[in-house]
Amino acid sequence: MTTVDKKDPVLVVVQLSGGNDYLNTVIPYGNDLYYDYRPSVGIPQDKVLHIDNEMGLHPNLAPIRGMYQGGNVAIIHGVGYENSPRSHFRSMDIWHTCEPDDVGTEGWLGRVIRELDPHKENVVTGVSFGPSMFRAMAVPGVPIAVVENLEDYGLLPGISMADQRQRILDRFSRLYGPAIGRGPVMEFLGQTGLDALRGADILKIAPKNYSSTVEYADTTLAKKLKGIAQVHLAGLGTRVFYCDHGSYDSHAGQPSMLSVLFDDLSASIRDFFDDLREHDAADNVIMLLFSEFGRRTHDNGSGTDHGAAGVAFLIGDRIKGGQYSVMPSLKSQDLQQGDPVPNLDFRSLYTTILENWMLIDANPIVGRAFEKLDLVGA
Amino acid sequence: MPNKEDIALMAHLMRRAGFGATYDELEILAERGYDATVEELLQPEVQEPVDRYDLLRYHPWSWKPGTIQGTGHATWLFDMVNTRAPLLEKMTVFWHGIFATGVSKVDHWDEIVDMVDMFRDKGLGSYKEMLIEVAKSPAMLYWLDNNENHAGAPNENWGRELLELFSMGVGNYTEKDVYECSRAFTGWTITPKLPRFPMGRFDWSFEYREEDHDGDEKSFLGNRGNFNGEDIIDIICRQPATARFMARHLYNFFVADEAQVPAWQTVPPRDPEAIQVLVDAFVANDYDMREVLRVLFNSDFFKEARFSRIKSPVEVVVNTLRFVGGHEFPAPGIGNLGRQTGYMGQEVLNPPSVEGWHTGREWINSGSLMRRINFVADLVGDVNLPGVQAILGRLRGAGEMPPDGFVDMCLEQMGPLDLDTQTRQELIDHAAPDGNLSWDTPTQADLSTQRVSEMLQLIVSLRDFQYA
Repeated sequence: MTTVDKKDPVLVVVQLSGGNDYLNTVIPYGNDLYYDYRPSVGIPQDKVLHIDNEMGLHPNLAPIRGMYQGGNVAIIHGVGYENSPRSHFRSMDIWHTCEPDDVGTEGWLGRVIRELDPHKENVVTGVSFGPSMFRAMAVPGVPIAVVENLEDYGLLPGISMADQRQRILDRFSRLYGPAIGRGPVMEFLGQTGLDALRGADILKIAPKNYSSTVEYADTTLAKKLKGIAQVHLAGLGTRVFYCDHGSYDSHAGQPSMLSVLFDDLSASIRDFFDDLREHDAADNVIMLLFSEFGRRTHDNGSGTDHGAAGVAFLIGDRIKGGQYSVMPSLKSQDLQQGDPVPNLDFRSLYTTILENWMLIDANPIVGRAFEKLDLVGA
Repeated sequence: MPNKEDIALMAHLMRRAGFGATYDELEILAERGYDATVEELLQPEVQEPVDRYDLLRYHPWSWKPGTIQGTGHATWLFDMVNTRAPLLEKMTVFWHGIFATGVSKVDHWDEIVDMVDMFRDKGLGSYKEMLIEVAKSPAMLYWLDNNENHAGAPNENWGRELLELFSMGVGNYTEKDVYECSRAFTGWTITPKLPRFPMGRFDWSFEYREEDHDGDEKSFLGNRGNFNGEDIIDIICRQPATARFMARHLYNFFVADEAQVPAWQTVPPRDPEAIQVLVDAFVANDYDMREVLRVLFNSDFFKEARFSRIKSPVEVVVNTLRFVGGHEFPAPGIGNLGRQTGYMGQEVLNPPSVEGWHTGREWINSGSLMRRINFVADLVGDVNLPGVQAILGRLRGAGEMPPDGFVDMCLEQMGPLDLDTQTRQELIDHAAPDGNLSWDTPTQADLSTQRVSEMLQLIVSLRDFQYA
């Protein structure tokens, strides 16, 4: 790995899948309408973790509130897009492809990775944690390492004996090498196979080199974030990490469901940043939390249904903490189909991240110019 | 006894017209003959259908999955793994890729599962009838907004895709035709879509509303009349462009990887003569799919097109499960198996867009390639599975073998797979250090079993194995 004086900026995305309930994440406890709308799932004022005279966080987000008070959390209100379809899949596609009107084919972060590493010099520039590649990362020809478990990541993990596996992987790299190949598709397959093998080869050192006093919880999200920390700390040049958490689809039984999810989410994020700080490796990382949509203003008796406007968070030592944009009006005449109306296009958020943090031109990635938020500090 | 060429040809037929076959099955089929096997594939009616009650008895959640993710996938996987009419099931996959509706918008698994069941019901019949069924399918009506297509206020989504993606292709009609076509389908809608909450999903059904149909005269592709939807489909099926469009789809799905649909207007077919043969078959047989497929599978261009398509994820998963055996279900784990094609880039019941999936090399990225290889290698490496046991039995029966004989026999069992000299030599070099394969003592048998398992895993990792 080449060492550079200035550390390259890194983005970690944690996707809250299923539609996270904006109004029970950032709670407008000073607004009586909130309690009128939410007799069943409303959070009592005295339980809310106040962040100012109007707003507070969900009681199970205490670690996030701590980071907010430390000035490292930006809360971005009212994020979304026009004509929210209220379908999980379509909404997620819109966030992933950055195409609210047409059906897009390329993931926005895949384009970012192509921009950062046009010659594919580093096959782990983008690392996606999960069983398959998130659409946000998918662009044909852009190599992405898709990691389910970092510990056994690679080709043929089923072969347990190390020397036998090494022998077969050596053979694989010869079989996929340029010496053997007929025609463009075979060559493409060869290159892709070698990219995958090289990615696995590079990433396998990450858990080996890692040691930390931070003890992550034994949850799926904590394991993913620990994996991300391991790869980041190994200094492999990864610039974009992606993982998800959920499901936040709280149609029923919302109170207990969100408590469990938020406990896990906030503790994992706190541990992740503690881990990075312990290794003096937090200052070039920001984390984006988003969900495909927010939920209905009115509760349905035990949960909330699909809505429109949502909330996003950016967390990191170089984030200027505070609240950005404003919570959309909750007055009934201002709601559309029962939902608060988004007042900040998600592409503004993307543009901010790309131009002020990743330091690349956002226009070719998000499609046109959008207003930026002033939330990245020096 | 069938010779090697008979076996190889039969393996090709079964990979394309079905979900592959084991060597034991290939021997039986090759003995029966190619023509007879094609005829059997074309007559799915005589086969006993898959018993869904078998699945329901153990996995009651698989009935009417509503909005629960993953359950529809498991049901279809069960069908594909157990079907005795593989060509019909393959055609079901074919139609799903063309008339692609997805949960992303429909948000109702049951309706898409119903549509897939319709594909199975009509899959080998008339394309014209299929188009009418598709036009009446609630999933499609909702997916392409025809429930918002009203007399006096046409919504062109369905009308456009019918011409662009389902029949003729771009360049063969005008914007005016799209508009007139859309008018003809006004009033084709679904019964009131009740809100999903609080009661959950309701079944939808097709409804024709005379009062919302625009009954005035239309002018469509040079014809004039007070056309309704059926008339439009009738006119569409008289267009040479339609036969050509469907011929290219069949070629891409069954014969060899083609350019993707959006390029068809500019990129000529890989084999124009083959396309012409299929076009003629469509026209001569009034769009009867069974007859067109009979022509296709009996043509030389088909028989010669071995290993010229990259397997779709559905083929990777289903072929493997049928090949190794032991996954006939209903065993635990079907939910996880049902999700595998999605992990490889083909989530059935949820195609990425109305265009269906892009195929060929577009199936492959560094994540999906590793996923494909690991999935297949895990299964063929499991020496307890019946299909792998059968291979071990054959190798053992052949007695002591030098490395090259060992490699060749594995390749034969796994395909037969024809490799170039260099690739084959790499495999032999891999096998050589351990010398001859022998089974005389228990220690030798253990070592040989492990060597076979490793060789099979190496073979399925090959680039060549990614092709069908």
